[in-house]
Amino acid sequence: MKYLIFAVSSLVLIFVFVFGSSYYKGQQAEKFGFMAKENAATFVREHSQALGSAEAKVYIVEFMDPACETCAAFAPFVKQMMAANPGKIRLVLRYAPFHDGADYFVTILEASKKQGKYWETLDIMFKSQPYWASHANPQPQRIWQFLPQAGLDIEQLKKDMDDPAIAKRIEQDLADAKTLQVHKTPGYFVNGKPLQTFGYQQLQELVQSELRAMYPN
Amino acid sequence: MSQTDQTANTNWTLLFLCWLVVSVSITGSVFFSYVMEFAPCVLCWYQRICLFPLLLIIAAGLFPLDRRVVRYALPLAIAGWLTAFYHTLLYSGIIPESIQPCAQGVSCTEEYIKLFGVLTIPMLSLLSFSTIIALLLIFKRRMSK
Repeated sequence: MKYLIFAVSSLVLIFVFVFGSSYYKGQQAEKFGFMAKENAATFVREHSQALGSAEAKVYIVEFMDPACETCAAFAPFVKQMMAANPGKIRLVLRYAPFHDGADYFVTILEASKKQGKYWETLDIMFKSQPYWASHANPQPQRIWQFLPQAGLDIEQLKKDMDDPAIAKRIEQDLADAKTLQVHKTPGYFVNGKPLQTFGYQQLQELVQSELRAMYPN
Repeated sequence: MSQTDQTANTNWTLLFLCWLVVSVSITGSVFFSYVMEFAPCVLCWYQRICLFPLLLIIAAGLFPLDRRVVRYALPLAIAGWLTAFYHTLLYSGIIPESIQPCAQGVSCTEEYIKLFGVLTIPMLSLLSFSTIIALLLIFKRRMSK
């Protein structure tokens, strides 16, 4: 009898947890789907860097951090999906510099925009990331030896980094990340719908379902 | 059913309730971090270190009912209670933020939720540990009679 009570209580708890989780995720998806229409600006700001056709109907909004390994790992994957569906997907990058000192790298990235080398710079950053963003021994200054590979004028870049507008953009992005409850990077939203569980396959499925909904034939 | 049987049953139920409080708290804390994706701060981890083992320790004390379980469970519960108490003071601003131990990573004073408008996560933890301690003490008293 006692074993039964114990077992039933355990099962009930597990059931409540699983049911509660899926209910909560469903609620969140509904909430953000709604927000996507009412409050599109939270997802895409004027300053946000975007890649892909402006006519695209599927928007991937990614909250990222240049010092985040998973963001680096996902970058080629997202580009592959875009290449496989030309003109249908637009990628919007937002900043969520949660790593210590990551603001610095975002500032470099934002400054590279003025030289029109944003995507090249990001690419170099992700590729050289292990050399300057190690968690045990971060050495932010090491990034400078890689930046010329992106074709950047380093002197100009250092001047552009002083632009106070950059700090404001980071602040705005962090505020939006908070509103959208992004606590980890990369945080993905596809047409305003958050990724329910994290993973390559889950992201691909979410993008595919939006592609099917937006381009039915 | 004899008198002693009934007493034994009540004692078992008391300890079982205690286990239930522990398991509900654990489920809640796991829900907060894995489903709602609140990152746990350092103090939360200290409280978890005290809370999680109780699930197994108290369960072991239930089958068969063993009064010595209090000896092993109570120190953990008290350590957890003290951390939760400190955390609650920090959270509500009674202890100034400048002496908080976790300057890096997740802030221990960042507010995530307010249940029913008043209950914060550290308060929930304090409440659980208080209930656990109370139940353990009542259980100990009844068992030593």
